[in-house]
Amino acid sequence: MNKSNILIVGVGGQGTLLASVLLGNLALAKGFDVKLSEVHGMAQRGGSVVTHVKISEDTVNSPLIEEGDADVIIAFEELEAYRWLPYLKKGGTMYVNTQQILPMPVILGQDKYPEHIMQTLREKAGTIKAFNALEIAEECGSVKAVNVVLLGAASKDLPFDEAAWIKVIEENVKPKFVELNKKAFEMGRNA
Amino acid sequence: MLGNEAFARGAYEAGVKVVSSYPGTPSTEVTENLAKYNEIHVEWAPNEKVGTEVAVGASIGGVRSLSCMKHVGLNVAADPFFTAAYTGVTGGAVILVADDNGCHSSQNEQDSRYYGRSAGVPMLEPANAQECKDYMKLAYEISEKYDTVVLLRSNTRLSHSRGIVEMGQRVEKDRIPYKKNIQKYVAMPAMAKKLHIIQEERMNRIAEDSNTMDINRVEINDTSIGIITSGICYQYVKEALPEVSVLKMGLINPIPKKLIEDFASKVDKLYVIEEGNPYFEEQIRAMGVKLAGGKDMFTIQGEYSANMIRAAFGMPVAETIEIDNVPGRPPLLCAGCPHRGLFHVLSKLKKTVLGDIGCYTLGSLPPTSAMDACLCMGASITMAHGFEKAIGDSKDVVAVLGDSTFFHSGITGLVNMNYNGSKGTVIILDNRITGMTGHQDNPSTGKNAQGDEAPAIDIAAMCRACGVKHITEIDPFKIKELEEVIKTETERGELSVIITKRPCALIVKQPDIPYTVTDKCKNCKMCMKIGCPAIEEKDGRPFIVPDRCVGCELCAEVCPFDAIEIDSKAKEDK
Repeated sequence: MNKSNILIVGVGGQGTLLASVLLGNLALAKGFDVKLSEVHGMAQRGGSVVTHVKISEDTVNSPLIEEGDADVIIAFEELEAYRWLPYLKKGGTMYVNTQQILPMPVILGQDKYPEHIMQTLREKAGTIKAFNALEIAEECGSVKAVNVVLLGAASKDLPFDEAAWIKVIEENVKPKFVELNKKAFEMGRNA
Repeated sequence: MLGNEAFARGAYEAGVKVVSSYPGTPSTEVTENLAKYNEIHVEWAPNEKVGTEVAVGASIGGVRSLSCMKHVGLNVAADPFFTAAYTGVTGGAVILVADDNGCHSSQNEQDSRYYGRSAGVPMLEPANAQECKDYMKLAYEISEKYDTVVLLRSNTRLSHSRGIVEMGQRVEKDRIPYKKNIQKYVAMPAMAKKLHIIQEERMNRIAEDSNTMDINRVEINDTSIGIITSGICYQYVKEALPEVSVLKMGLINPIPKKLIEDFASKVDKLYVIEEGNPYFEEQIRAMGVKLAGGKDMFTIQGEYSANMIRAAFGMPVAETIEIDNVPGRPPLLCAGCPHRGLFHVLSKLKKTVLGDIGCYTLGSLPPTSAMDACLCMGASITMAHGFEKAIGDSKDVVAVLGDSTFFHSGITGLVNMNYNGSKGTVIILDNRITGMTGHQDNPSTGKNAQGDEAPAIDIAAMCRACGVKHITEIDPFKIKELEEVIKTETERGELSVIITKRPCALIVKQPDIPYTVTDKCKNCKMCMKIGCPAIEEKDGRPFIVPDRCVGCELCAEVCPFDAIEIDSKAKEDK
């Protein structure tokens, strides 16, 4: 791997930030230059959120991944997968949690949740890997583990060994949640 | 390391002893991280003016000091800032200001670079996390070398990006013994005139020295294009145009005129690329240097990107996959949020709501749509007073603001209402925390910046001291009572305060036993009018998503048919 741009998208409160920190720290430990760009403040309250993770053997300049420039998108929700699709590089890979969280304009009937998102994604993106990460997280013991389940799934296409992933989880997750997250990672990886 | 963590680390290594700040995105994490170091006195001030004055006082007392704030916070701190720019320092003093290009979490996109120029202080702008740390340390050296306050500028993208940072050791600085010096520190007309002369000489000296400072860096590559830039924009330039020549400015006030002229002479076409207003551009054009492009190629609003620069220079950008329109996903009040009860009632009563800055500004969005204006910190109270004076009546108007905002700049407004004959009603949302910025304590929470116990000011007692005779404290989830209280107080014809008391749903453990819609539901959809993220429509009927419901009970409160109950099965499982 010379460089990799990974966009992590979801709904504020789903844990996209932890996922990006785990990935960033892992790449850092492996000697890459890494830049992460995060969202704090108002947008975190249930809004559309995005974290940019740029990893490279050379210097990373801009912390932003731009349209058509993401090698991988990890989407925590279907509508967010669709919203950020233009950022995917031609032939890029998208991991999608097949969960739908209705935004308020849709709940209020002012707008419509697009139909056939998964079908559109399959037609337009290079590779789509979709599965229900929420169910797997529930099986692990907490819906909050969705983020690590998705990381587990994406980890197969990232050039880091499993032991290194487990180590980064152990180092960055609160002790009482380490076992839960390790299990979530394994189940995501095998999903 | 996050840019903001790196700023904090820089201040720590520089031997800073006193930090006083008010939280504000994107600056908050600097002070939060500094609070972890035992060697430093770190405090949350009630507002940025207080924070800046504390830092100035600490500097006069002989130690290195810091105050951090968001761009609009510097407006609040502008009064002490402009005069401290005259007096200079004893211990190094730095003000960190973080702009919000792109308005991620702010009410405007103010370009704070003009503050450095207007006040007459040197201003530094780093371009990555490592520089955030290095420039913070350098700011103290400049501050002490030239006897001046230094402004350190960040913005959202820099403060909230992570990059690799090399750590160093803290160097303790001995306190400089205090020596009375009224010519320097008593800013009254006779002294101020002299101080202004000294300040002008000082800035001239820095302007001269800026031409040889390392942080103003010339990178000569292909000389057909030269670009002058700074901060995060430098990264976008390097990404988009790696082959061009660049003058990267680290000191952004005063600008290095000789260096700019020299750089201009070496390149065929010179451009300025800067987010925000034409700050460099106008100064450079005023020098008589010919520019091939600046704001005629770029907008003054929003964040820039490498693609934006590529497009401006007619270069190809990556092909993108096209999609149809996507519904927006605006942020919203969390499940269990105490503000939801209040906005539901205000919406029902159709009050004109003069709002304020905080999570509760989200009450302006559908479905509650219960806010008419939001201007700046504390302006709810004062705007409501002005509105009342304009229409000659107060019974359909309320001011709404949070506990931390009340302490920030609401108190003076309340004093004004009492003094100038207001009959209005102010609602203070006491959720026991500064919520939007990520949960910082404030003067009424009983804890300080380190999380240790601190004296707590009673908000009701404070209002009483401001001359308010009618004060009611109420749980905002008791919506029937709340409705009665709001009706009574707004129709009373005398100044009143209602304090809604319920902690932020993110700081206290919620019941986490989900509610469910039973078959008593008549599908009136009243529960959907509170705008809870846990309530969706499924097969044409309201449905509570169990893993999103925190069990706050508000929907059951508003249901006219008692059709919403605790999910008994989930309760058993619990």
